[in-house]
Amino acid sequence: MMTQRQSRLSGFDNRTLFLLGDEAAAYGALYAGCDFFAGYPITPASEIAEVMSRELPRVDGYYVQMEDEIASLSAVIGAVWAGAKAMTATSGPGFSLMQENIGYAIMTETPCVIIDVQRSGPSTGQATKPAQGDVLQARWGTHGDHEIIALAPSSVQECFELTVESFNLAEKYRIPVILLMDGEIGHLRESITFPAYEDVAREERRLAEPEVESFGGEDVPPMSHFGEGRFIHVTGSTHKASGMRDVSTQAVHEDLVTRLCRKIVDACAEISSVEEDFVDGAKIGVLAYGATARPARGAVLEARRAGCAVDFLRLITIWPFPEEAVKRLADRVDTILVPEMNLGQIAREVERFTAAPVLPLSKIGGVPHTIDEILDAIRANGSGSGSTVGQRP
Amino acid sequence: MNDEPIIPGPARPLKPHRLLKFLRQEILPTAFCPGCGCGTVLNSFAQAVEELSIDPKDMVFVTGIGCSSWIPSPYFKGDTLHTTHGRPIAFATGVKIMRPDLKVVVIAGDGDIAGIGGNHLVHAARRNIDITVLMVNNWNYGMTGGQVSPATPFGVPTTTTPYDNPEHPLEAAELVAAAGANYVSRWTTYHVFPLMESIQKALEIEGFSFIEILSQCPVSYGKMVDMRRASDFLKFYRDQSVRVHKAKEMSAEELEGKIVVGKLVERQRSEFVTSLRRINERFREG
Ligand SMILES: Cc1ncc(C[n+]2csc(CCOP(=O)(O)OP(=O)(O)O)c2C)c(N)n1
Repeated sequence: MMTQRQSRLSGFDNRTLFLLGDEAAAYGALYAGCDFFAGYPITPASEIAEVMSRELPRVDGYYVQMEDEIASLSAVIGAVWAGAKAMTATSGPGFSLMQENIGYAIMTETPCVIIDVQRSGPSTGQATKPAQGDVLQARWGTHGDHEIIALAPSSVQECFELTVESFNLAEKYRIPVILLMDGEIGHLRESITFPAYEDVAREERRLAEPEVESFGGEDVPPMSHFGEGRFIHVTGSTHKASGMRDVSTQAVHEDLVTRLCRKIVDACAEISSVEEDFVDGAKIGVLAYGATARPARGAVLEARRAGCAVDFLRLITIWPFPEEAVKRLADRVDTILVPEMNLGQIAREVERFTAAPVLPLSKIGGVPHTIDEILDAIRANGSGSGSTVGQRP
Repeated sequence: MNDEPIIPGPARPLKPHRLLKFLRQEILPTAFCPGCGCGTVLNSFAQAVEELSIDPKDMVFVTGIGCSSWIPSPYFKGDTLHTTHGRPIAFATGVKIMRPDLKVVVIAGDGDIAGIGGNHLVHAARRNIDITVLMVNNWNYGMTGGQVSPATPFGVPTTTTPYDNPEHPLEAAELVAAAGANYVSRWTTYHVFPLMESIQKALEIEGFSFIEILSQCPVSYGKMVDMRRASDFLKFYRDQSVRVHKAKEMSAEELEGKIVVGKLVERQRSEFVTSLRRINERFREG
């Protein structure tokens, strides 16, 4: 017997539609098995909520519009412990409000997905304009030592695919996963081909056998849900493997927090996803992600056409930082050019893995890079010396 | 884990209290200060659960941050979500939507529920979601050492109102009643029997149910107002309380400084999760 979800979604099987990135992400969530969404309207993410409110009841899921983004992530986490696969979606101002509960989800190992369709900040900034200014906030926005997973799509197709992947990684590592979209991709309309519902890989939640503890024992412990008579205790305070609070024993805290970090750090190679396009003899490499990867790729192709060998590395996983791929690029080229719609957030991270010059090509103000701007920077620095771009303000 | 109750007691062991079965006995005694009202609230709540023969397996406790949040978490043996400060009602909303068959109970302080979490309180009452909220009002931020809270009476000194509180307190029960909850009452730890009955009612009723429980804090609050014994508060609650029906006949001046106790609201507005789930039925096949 087909489930209601299957029969609704298989209507899209193998069809090619012309969708917004936001809409594609919402459908990705539905394909991944999302059955709960809580959110609060904000440009450029509202279309995700609109699709979810329309579609969730059709697949026997639940949509609720909360009073703010703090409440939205709260409701998501509550729903997960009651058995849901759950998501929220927002943009910078709402993402800022969510930071405390992101830490709560990390500490309680609550699998959930948070989409941040980045817009120009700080504060209300240019509310309707795209940016990539939240990449370090995604990494370090919540207090305390922690790891996180964040992915960045560069196309509408990828909005769908990486939302599915976000749900799968969330379940696999019991961690909140942040899909770092940007307003450019969220509001971009282009063709997307849906997979067959059957062909989508879905990571199912691993539930604990009776007597097995849900907050320790292995790097990623199995979960338990409410209402099963297990009397589980979920707390953002430091806790033992049983879930019971112990906030005074140094070793309990150290064991817990190092495990929460280790489970991601040790799996970095497995989690990391990049697109490497390397060519012989390249002296310069372009590293980009999200919307910026599009003009970056365009510029790389143009440069090659003009006879300049350029490597291209696109980060799909932003966190944990795909350091092996970055090191591979750094070993090959003399200069790494990093175009970003911020003032050099990922460029700074790249610097940690190479002695070669890292040249940020920053652009803010809500206007994406053009191919020519990146091409000019490649030309100016292609020989590996004499940098003319990349001065930090 | 050690199952032996480690409750200090007389040399000859007493018969275990019949409500002890509801508690995580291995972590007793509680961390509450001497004279704290939280024990009375815990006792009254456990009594109500016993009276209604609710299986604790069918309950989920959602709490915030503060002493009052410790009443169920960790002491009451049930599924427990101990959340961030001020957010338990919002977390509980997600739980209830997914598992309407479970009784979802929030117990937290006045700072948590009416202060930092006040927005969630108003909107949960407006939605009339089937959650039971016990707001333990000890007139201050107890856990952090006695700072002023949105429920601290006017003119009272606290550690952060050393020149007396220049703000007026929030009447949380009246606020929740106005926002649309199906059941609202106010009691104190002096009124244990009506409180127990009221908790039963709140657990039974469908829709948002809210009880404001005035509860003594002789340590953090009492130290600033020279009410250092629990009995100082209980006598105050006894002497200053006015029943709802009496209060209706009193003037604003006569009610100044009084604690209006009793049921403020009981009604049958439609409940949120029921309405939400009804939408799904439209799309169900067959
Ligand atoms: C976001 C945030 N702000 C502040 C605190 C510090 N804090 C912990 S408990 C508490 C007050 C608790 O007061 P109340 O909710 O009235 O509960 P009580 O301890 O009096 O029972 C505060 C402010 C916190 N944990 N989180």
